[in-house]
Amino acid sequence: MEKKTALYENHLAAGGKMVPFAGYLMPVQYPTGVIAEHMAVRTAAGLFDVSHMGELLISGTGALPFLQQLLTNNMEGMANGDCRYSPMCNKAGGVVDDLIVYRYSQHLYLLVVNAANLQKDIDWIKAHLPVDVDMTDNSGNISELALQGPKAEAILAKVADKAALPVKPYTFVGQMDVAGIECIVSRTGYTGEDGFELYCATENGPLLWDALLAAGKEEGLIPCGLGARDTLRLEAGMPLYGHEMDDVITPREAALSFFVKMDKPDFIGKAALEEKGEPARRRTGLKMVGRGIAREGCAVYSQNGEEIGVVTSGTQLPFVGYAGAMALLPNQYREPGTLVEVDVRGRRVEAEVIKLPFYRRASK
Amino acid sequence: MNFPANLKYTKSHEWLKKTAEGTVQIGLTDHAQNELGDLVFVNLPSVGDALTVGESFADVESVKAVSDVFSPVTAVVAAVNELLLDDPAMINTDCYDAWLIEAEGIELEDELLNAEEYEAFIQEEA
Repeated sequence: MEKKTALYENHLAAGGKMVPFAGYLMPVQYPTGVIAEHMAVRTAAGLFDVSHMGELLISGTGALPFLQQLLTNNMEGMANGDCRYSPMCNKAGGVVDDLIVYRYSQHLYLLVVNAANLQKDIDWIKAHLPVDVDMTDNSGNISELALQGPKAEAILAKVADKAALPVKPYTFVGQMDVAGIECIVSRTGYTGEDGFELYCATENGPLLWDALLAAGKEEGLIPCGLGARDTLRLEAGMPLYGHEMDDVITPREAALSFFVKMDKPDFIGKAALEEKGEPARRRTGLKMVGRGIAREGCAVYSQNGEEIGVVTSGTQLPFVGYAGAMALLPNQYREPGTLVEVDVRGRRVEAEVIKLPFYRRASK
Repeated sequence: MNFPANLKYTKSHEWLKKTAEGTVQIGLTDHAQNELGDLVFVNLPSVGDALTVGESFADVESVKAVSDVFSPVTAVVAAVNELLLDDPAMINTDCYDAWLIEAEGIELEDELLNAEEYEAFIQEEA
């Protein structure tokens, strides 16, 4: 039996089409449809319920050295109030999960993890926890909303003190008032747009949802489902756990080497990654040239007909207006402009390698 | 949802319309387009291709999923609605105007439902 987030009734009232996802019943779309929701986030703003995400508190005098060992990215140099993305590797160099670290102090961090991996993450972290560090699973006590899009800041400023909002991307404010509700607010997201993620007490979720939707009405804010969340992250070239990386695919293969600091003294998985050396295949962007949409699992062929890789995600990309995909391909086929073929349900459809992301927002 | 009384329906959510020329137009029902969501791609057969009852003759894709379209007749493809290739969203806008193919030389027809029976069927399925 799937769990419901605190916003379940709000989704039903808004006509959300509910589907099981990571153990929760979540809205995949509203009557507006995935394309309209996607375009709203690119041109105005969208509001997502992402309360299924997991929140783990890491605390104690040994918190920083523990995270340095647990995660591939470097946690040194983070200031209080910074967020940082990192893969978390297993001993073989595969990925247990990818997550965002929020630093309150060198003795207190919040990890925001994928819903589908929450129990696996808890088990993994517990198995490595030193005596001077504690972990608390706070997932059940938090509603999380994502307010995303170029109008996100203007909307949030109507129900919160604009001067108190986090300004820089990947920073957060640990405690602030939004529409009378106490929230953690970070300038983060998973859409390729400016935006915020807001965390509040579970029971305040519906109030916050309603207040934000009301505040953003003039700006064109609409509720958005998991369908648009997926097309937005794909268009923005962002990897998704379980697709572009998993327990076997390494972060270097997922083209996340920037977040894997091989010059750190040690971290779990470092030895295996060193031994593997330069990966033979990496995540690569494909733009469909022929008619067809490459989907996860489609085989990729060279122009000579040799099978060279596999598609990890693919869809019609609403804003850029073509079908795009990410695939794991050998290095010699990753040069932009290289033509390959994708087997789309028995048909060979031509595709061109392009540099990710498919979409990048104009800088201010 | 809208199910015109002058059409016949299948349990796999296609509609059929008999034309004055004795051919049938085949399309997707309002229920089907609603379930699929925004359509972004349609792959259609060619004129002259053989159709077989219960077999897939086309595929339609929404942003999230691919679906087969099954033939309710054994026949031959007489015409293809090429407008859909460039604008699959026509199926979302007006699914009863946006026919996929026209079939002729009908040898065999699947068990078809009238509008009332089809509506009862999707209620049951839900």
